[in-house]
Amino acid sequence: MIANLGTALEVVTATDPGMVRSHNEDSIGTDAEIGLAVLADGMGGYNAGEVASGIAVAMLSTEMKQALENHEPHVVDGSGETLAEKFVRENSAKANAAIYQTAKSQPQYAGMGTTLVVALFFDNRMTVGHIGDSRLYRLRNETFEQVTRDHSLLQEQIDSGMITKEQARYSQNKNLVTRAVGIDPEVETEVHTYNVEPSDIYLLCSDGLSDMVQDDDIHETLSAFQSNLPLAAKQLVQLANDNGGRDNISVILVRVIEDFAVPTGWFAKFKAWFR
Amino acid sequence: MAKLIMSLDNAVIREVPLDKERFTIGRKAHNDIQIDNLAVSGEHALIVTILNDSFLEDLGSTNGTLVNGNPVKKHILQSNDVIEIGKYKLKFVSEAPTGAASVADFEKTMVLRAPVGKMNPPGPGAGGFGDTQVSPTATQTTTQAQPPTATATAAPKAPEKLAAIQILTGPSAGKELELTKNLTTLGKPGVQVAVITRRPHGYFITHVEGAQFPVVNGKALDAQAHQLNDHDVIELAGVKMEFFFKNG
Repeated sequence: MIANLGTALEVVTATDPGMVRSHNEDSIGTDAEIGLAVLADGMGGYNAGEVASGIAVAMLSTEMKQALENHEPHVVDGSGETLAEKFVRENSAKANAAIYQTAKSQPQYAGMGTTLVVALFFDNRMTVGHIGDSRLYRLRNETFEQVTRDHSLLQEQIDSGMITKEQARYSQNKNLVTRAVGIDPEVETEVHTYNVEPSDIYLLCSDGLSDMVQDDDIHETLSAFQSNLPLAAKQLVQLANDNGGRDNISVILVRVIEDFAVPTGWFAKFKAWFR
Repeated sequence: MAKLIMSLDNAVIREVPLDKERFTIGRKAHNDIQIDNLAVSGEHALIVTILNDSFLEDLGSTNGTLVNGNPVKKHILQSNDVIEIGKYKLKFVSEAPTGAASVADFEKTMVLRAPVGKMNPPGPGAGGFGDTQVSPTATQTTTQAQPPTATATAAPKAPEKLAAIQILTGPSAGKELELTKNLTTLGKPGVQVAVITRRPHGYFITHVEGAQFPVVNGKALDAQAHQLNDHDVIELAGVKMEFFFKNG
């Protein structure tokens, strides 16, 4: 019994190779019915990046769909975490293993890896797992905030007070991630769960957007086009390209249209059986 | 490797390759770059290089340190920055890209391989950031392309001409709105909304919301963005307005 979030969420995607690269090594996947959004930014020689990010998205999409067929994400298991968190963690680990093994077995894919950001919506909440410097932002009322913290050298420098966020814009050490999927036998996914409110807009993006467009400009664009999400996605890609488009650009926008709490109480549950 | 070109009164004195993680500059003999001049403090400044970034830090010198004419405390050096200490000028030149690197390699995400475990943040009370150590002097598993000169997260290049909207009808008739921002939202949310975007090659109007599309010079637009020309008349949410370039 899968809850169908198709009416509660509006999900829109856009991906573009940018102005400089010949290949698009970003991969994206969404399934509004199960409340899933996945984005991966691949790295590696030739087309290995495409392969790595493709495996990550395919794996997460398939495994999550399957897991949610028989389990409800809000249920808390023995260890005290929700199944949503467990599934995000476990399936990211599976993607890591798959990419790692593929890289080992084929010399042209050696060293390939990918970033990952995955969001699962359920019961008025959102569980987010991420590895690397692809991001998730939230626009709530007038406030625009980066929700995930990058696993990057630059972020570690900012956290330790070595440089300010403003100085970071000028750094040549951009794009050095400290964690990635598929390059080590095991990797730790950073997982958090947040409450979600109707009219929230979430943005998942690769660094092809966030490196080319400042947060304030992303905010301004999202605000101006928020009543037309497909247009907002297009505008973000266009803005990144206008600023140089030096990397692949991918964007997933999720708008929370209405409440999607899990029915509780005996009558609601009873009704739910007949869905 | 990055280097400093030191000059005084426009005469180049020497070139100093930045081949160490820490470079001290000052009047005392122990400094890596010794400048024997009374306007220079004993320990004047420090340059710390971490991977591709070089940071300049003023060590509380008496006369201060300038970069491109501006006093700085801490500064990330960019190629061709000119550091001034006393009367001496030190031009920072970052490494030129190797033959193999190309513009496409710049901006490529690469994985930083720390030897074991996570990177250690600096301990508490680690003096100026000159003291912090970053664990990876580790080898990269992927090819390290030397990036060409970085540009900051870019702002879109403004078109040469500034433009404005003049309201022609309705209660705000006569009012002028300068299009100084990259996005200007017009109309009434819930009724009809359009956005004028300022892009490198001009100004564009895009319909965002509403059953009716904006009308430009008497013709209704479609869903595509439409480039605005000087003196175009836009009709939106029942109000007519004129788009025009200023001092054009």
